[in-house]
Amino acid sequence: MGRGISHRDLVMYSLDINGGKHSVDVPPDMPLLWVLRDVIGLMGTKFGCGIAQCGACTVHLDGQPVRSCVLAVSAVAGRAITTVEGIGATPSGKKVQQAWLDVDVVQCGYCQSGQIMSAAALLAHTPNPTDRDIDAAMSGNICRCGTYVRIRAAIKQAATGNAEVLQTLAADAT
Amino acid sequence: MSSKAQRPLDLERRRLTAGGLSLAFLWLGSGKANAFISARRQDGDAAAALADGNPPFAPNAFIRIEPEGPVRLVMPNVEMGQGIYTGACAMLAEELDVGMDQIVVEHAPPNEALYGIPLLGGQVTGGSTSTRSHWGVLREAGAVARSMLVAAAAARWSVDPSGCSVKRGVVTHDKTGRKLTYGALAKAAGALPIPAKVALKEPAAFTLIGKPLRRVDSPAKVAGITEFGIDVKVPGMKIATVKACPTHGGTLRSVDDQRARALPGVIDVLKIDNAVAVVGEHFWAAKRGLEALDIVWDPGVNADLTTAKLTQALAERSQNGPVIPGRKVGSKPADGRTVEALYQLPMLAHAPMEPLNTTVQVSADRCEIWVGTQVPVRCVSAAAQVTGLPESQIILHNHYIGGGFGRRLDHDSVEQAVRFAKQVPYPVKIIWTREEDIRHDIVRPMYYDRISAVLGSDGRPVWYGDHITSGTVLARWMPAAMGKDGMDDDIIECAAETPYAIPNLDVNWVRHDMPAGLELGWWRGVGPTHNLFVIESFMDELAHAAGKDPIDYRRVLLAKDSRALGVLELAARKIGWGSGALPPRVGRGVALGSPFGSHVCLIVEAEVTPQGEVRLRRAVAAIDCGIAINPSSVEAQVQGGLLFGLSAALYSAITLKDGAFEQSNFHDYRNLRMNEVPQVEVYRVDSPEAPGGLGEVGTAIAAPALCNAIFAATGVRLRSLPVDKHHLIADGAALKSVTADAPPPVDREHTRVPV
Repeated sequence: MGRGISHRDLVMYSLDINGGKHSVDVPPDMPLLWVLRDVIGLMGTKFGCGIAQCGACTVHLDGQPVRSCVLAVSAVAGRAITTVEGIGATPSGKKVQQAWLDVDVVQCGYCQSGQIMSAAALLAHTPNPTDRDIDAAMSGNICRCGTYVRIRAAIKQAATGNAEVLQTLAADAT
Repeated sequence: MSSKAQRPLDLERRRLTAGGLSLAFLWLGSGKANAFISARRQDGDAAAALADGNPPFAPNAFIRIEPEGPVRLVMPNVEMGQGIYTGACAMLAEELDVGMDQIVVEHAPPNEALYGIPLLGGQVTGGSTSTRSHWGVLREAGAVARSMLVAAAAARWSVDPSGCSVKRGVVTHDKTGRKLTYGALAKAAGALPIPAKVALKEPAAFTLIGKPLRRVDSPAKVAGITEFGIDVKVPGMKIATVKACPTHGGTLRSVDDQRARALPGVIDVLKIDNAVAVVGEHFWAAKRGLEALDIVWDPGVNADLTTAKLTQALAERSQNGPVIPGRKVGSKPADGRTVEALYQLPMLAHAPMEPLNTTVQVSADRCEIWVGTQVPVRCVSAAAQVTGLPESQIILHNHYIGGGFGRRLDHDSVEQAVRFAKQVPYPVKIIWTREEDIRHDIVRPMYYDRISAVLGSDGRPVWYGDHITSGTVLARWMPAAMGKDGMDDDIIECAAETPYAIPNLDVNWVRHDMPAGLELGWWRGVGPTHNLFVIESFMDELAHAAGKDPIDYRRVLLAKDSRALGVLELAARKIGWGSGALPPRVGRGVALGSPFGSHVCLIVEAEVTPQGEVRLRRAVAAIDCGIAINPSSVEAQVQGGLLFGLSAALYSAITLKDGAFEQSNFHDYRNLRMNEVPQVEVYRVDSPEAPGGLGEVGTAIAAPALCNAIFAATGVRLRSLPVDKHHLIADGAALKSVTADAPPPVDREHTRVPV
């Protein structure tokens, strides 16, 4: 093994996470997900698949949603990283989190950090998304509990401020 | 409210058996308390309360009130998305008269005596039983506590308790307006005797039950601060990941760990008989280490096992195996038109979003476990066996579960983690990769069902026979619940009893165990998910054989089941059944069932493209689940449950090659995504009956409605799952139209038009 940088070497990186600086000494190819969880201790970003298939690990890099399970730490040094722990400080993130509560989106909740990060990025760039915009922005995030219907409703509510009415609030007498 | 059985139960069969995971509960009679869980303090509760900070007021296993702070409610079941923490809090808070904003919830410790449901095998969350088993107990527990707190206030004021009222945890003497908070009364109430009898509210007086409540676990989950098992941090903890022999039942022959140990951050390489774990400073080091191992496996007896061989064995066994009677009424008529079909279902993995994980610290005299599990007591027993420690020295901290779906009704991953952890002096968090999670799932069984019916001159069935061949989950998971005659009631649930008035039937089972090492597990919807696919697809076949509309055909058979008829009519009306023509290759399919003590009808509207792709357009569900504790949760569970079922029906199968599962991650074990999800509407029939189960109802009814819609769209009857689009291609030209501009295909297999 030569002396060049490889995964066998540790490198010091300075990371900008939710507006704060963190110095970490890690292999350059280590995915950001594990730096966040196992080195820094920010547990809100979740491990679901490890191959960018499920979106549970979604964070923002300079405002863009990215899958942190396949994003090497060497590629993110010095760039603005936002996680679910910090998304409430952004206007779109705050709206999305409130809508998630109002519509009561979550079930098991494990995928929701990633869902919220994808939705916040969508609204930051597309304040009034169409159904097609929502499909495009959210299809990278899997929810096994099947909360998709309420996710869509919550995104629309966050965008428009109009409450989406739950269908079964009143029972239907036959 | 009465809690009459909604349909005749074959009590002779059930008298001595606990039945399947959900039937176990029906046997008890829905809504009734059982021998273990109690609204009153029990022997074990004083100790539990002591361990819980010894609050001054702890009248039972569920309620803790201290002078300061919120009311603490201990949840007998685990929360894995089904909303049970919110439902249980509503039941407790309703009778306790506190607001949902005045409580905090806590996970129950493992304690069979306080939180166990005996016929479910103990302290178990599953089978859509949580609300049904605790509906009576938790309300009574709240009422007991309220009665004692009011008595304490009345004694303080020297007044009659009947002159006091409670609102939001404050007792008021109505005449004088004097007030005391629950906190101020906690100590005095704790010294009072527990009342022998308390009155429960009449439903008309409910202020929480029946109202759409926001989930108690939402704020933390939305903020990303909920602690799932995988998020646990223990001082000095290391992180490990695991690889077990890919061939089920195989073992570890040898491992060369020289390269792995040279990697930075790799701490240890651990072995057990059938798996290897690499421990690292962080998951990445552990994963890199695992990839650097040179492992030699002994694949064992399943080295050549394939799905084709399993299917062949099931088919042969179906013809020749010994028949275990399930339910037989009358006999098969000699005359009449016979309709026959063969239905097959694949093995399925659970793939919860949170991969399996366990954190363990083993020392000389103690084993501490942090995990999210549906079976905490079983985990404790397993850890005691592995470590040789007494169960009293196994400390288990349960957690929020990032999806269960039945997978965490097994504790194989916990037992494995303890076997690794006892080799090291530090706490270790063992996380399975997604690949490990799917390749070592404990899968839903395959089924091979031959079903037939005899139609009378009016086209109605006068007899049906369902001859099921499969393995069994129950025989491994709770052998004591198997019937005397060797029957597993989960196998025939929703086949032996249907809502339909069909005078004669014969439902039976041929047991065919899987090869050793290939284990079968509970999967969301259990028996009903299997049987409703077969029964409701076949009902559709019968309707078409009789030349009748599928809704009309069912309607006439439901004259004696008003609740099932109610959901059928509601769903049909809401989707506008029969009104207006649908576009070409668009169809609607209906399915009806009464699983888990609820009644559900689902109508799916689907389009099938000329290339055979299925597009979901709309799903309308009608449900009668008795009293809806939280209508918002009813909607969410039916919506989510049916999307879970539709995902499986469209995409999911676990297949075997060389004794190993071929699927490994979400690219080849697909799940519905946002762009594929239809409009889903859920309507509820208002009902005063005792609550039915909800967590699995949507899943159980999904596949038949989908396949019936596909039949309506294309005329192609799908009798096996998942949906095989090759059968749905309109004609060869349809494929040419999309491949004309595409680069030459590498593999032409998938474009072949089936016969």
